[in-house]
Amino acid sequence: MSVLSYQFMQYALIAAIITGLSAPAIGTFIVQRRLALLGDGLGHVALTGVALGLLTGVAPLTTAIIVAIGGAILIEVLRAYGRTSGDLALAMLFYGGIAGGVLLTNLAGESAATLNQYLFGSIITMSRADLTIVVALGVVVVALSLIFRPQFFAVCQDEAHAKVMGIRVQLFGILIAVLAAVTITVAMRTVGLLLVSALMVVPVAAAQQLSRSFKSTHFAAMAIGLFAAVTGLLTSYQIDAQPGPTIVIIALVVFVLAALTRALLRPTSTQEAKNG
Amino acid sequence: MTKPVVDARAVTVALDGTAVLRGIDLVVNAGEFVAILGANGSGKSTLVRALVGLVPHGGSIRLFGTELSHFRDHHRLGYMAQRPDISSGVPATVTEVVLSGALSRRPFLGWPSRTDRAAGADLITRVGMERHAHRPIANLSGGQQQRVHIARALITEPDLVVMDEPTAGVDAESAAVFADLLAELRERGTAIVMVAHELGPLGVLVDRAVHIVDGLVEYDGPATGPGTHDHAHDHSHTSEPSRPNPVPIEGPLP
Repeated sequence: MSVLSYQFMQYALIAAIITGLSAPAIGTFIVQRRLALLGDGLGHVALTGVALGLLTGVAPLTTAIIVAIGGAILIEVLRAYGRTSGDLALAMLFYGGIAGGVLLTNLAGESAATLNQYLFGSIITMSRADLTIVVALGVVVVALSLIFRPQFFAVCQDEAHAKVMGIRVQLFGILIAVLAAVTITVAMRTVGLLLVSALMVVPVAAAQQLSRSFKSTHFAAMAIGLFAAVTGLLTSYQIDAQPGPTIVIIALVVFVLAALTRALLRPTSTQEAKNG
Repeated sequence: MTKPVVDARAVTVALDGTAVLRGIDLVVNAGEFVAILGANGSGKSTLVRALVGLVPHGGSIRLFGTELSHFRDHHRLGYMAQRPDISSGVPATVTEVVLSGALSRRPFLGWPSRTDRAAGADLITRVGMERHAHRPIANLSGGQQQRVHIARALITEPDLVVMDEPTAGVDAESAAVFADLLAELRERGTAIVMVAHELGPLGVLVDRAVHIVDGLVEYDGPATGPGTHDHAHDHSHTSEPSRPNPVPIEGPLP
């Protein structure tokens, strides 16, 4: 019997495709902005959102999205107006998110173990309604990251110059952070909140080993993310492991292979650079 | 009568509670090349950052007759920071960086048009970077990166170009490219405001020098630089970074 004859695997495959494409699609700009840990920070905040759902009886996916978006806006405002540096604001998100998540879960009368399915992913519990939300949001993330690529590129490349050009730097900064928050909640069921950031960063790191332009890095990262998510899901089924860690390990293997390939090609690149 | 390109009146800027500009008046007319000179910490860079809207200011700054807070013709303004931030985590090619400058025409929905691409390719050639057009900017020398950034600033053919020490620490070849490009802009009637520690080879192109001392204008008048053109060629074939001499300034020096 084919693995895809199970409905939960069909759902999982669709979710994996969406996650594999959307995480690097927005992750490329996060890495360009040197905020690689933003996804981790927002993942922790989303955990508070999940716990809020458990406490109030609202679907955790919904509350996670709302709280993660709130956290994303907060971090951008702190960065823009406050005297808080980006990494300090991220550190506060980490601590506040995990503490709030566990505390609210306890108040909901549940143990912290309840959070495991959100921390590490739990594809088999995904409902059709969850999948619909995941697909809709994932498509929005990919579409906006492509439509606004020139603006996102300009803001992440040189914020001061973008401002002089009349680009709404803060608006686009918030949009990037919000799309990252949405991506995290989209990926919550497939790779889990603790590992989702890896899928935003590792494919980008792998892609830039071999690409020279921003555009090619963006598309290559999405291709690597898709490959890692789909092969990771199918492999995890074969070896009876959780999909999240398997997907991330495959992405890391691609990164190592790309880095090794670059190292092998380096003498050629150096010679080319010398020749101008 | 044509409105001045830059009309700044009683401009003040305070950074972290310290008054950096204490009431600056500056008028730049179309086609004028004005050099802003001053020692480190005098406020000259802060002045140009205020002119392009990067730092909050008191007083009035008008660009092309429009108060800065209402200015929307961003494509008429080209800006080049002293050391633009290129510490991006993802590689970007020379062409991608130059084309990003075209966004000032369409800041909200702005994929580069065919005209933008043609203008970008032309500028990359004019700054002598055509062989590097598809190389990551991070792999280039400081002078080459500055040439890319001036190309980005000029892609919309702005009527006003504001530059903060564009040739500081760049190689002789890049300094010569800058001199040629600025001469071309001046010929075309573009207004130029350039911050400089010293003018060196660019001195012959400058119409006016404005000396800033301790956040105030100490001198605003003609700049003359006998011999500065020859000076540029003295360095044009060396590999050492250009260290131009200051241009003699008429009038009372600070």
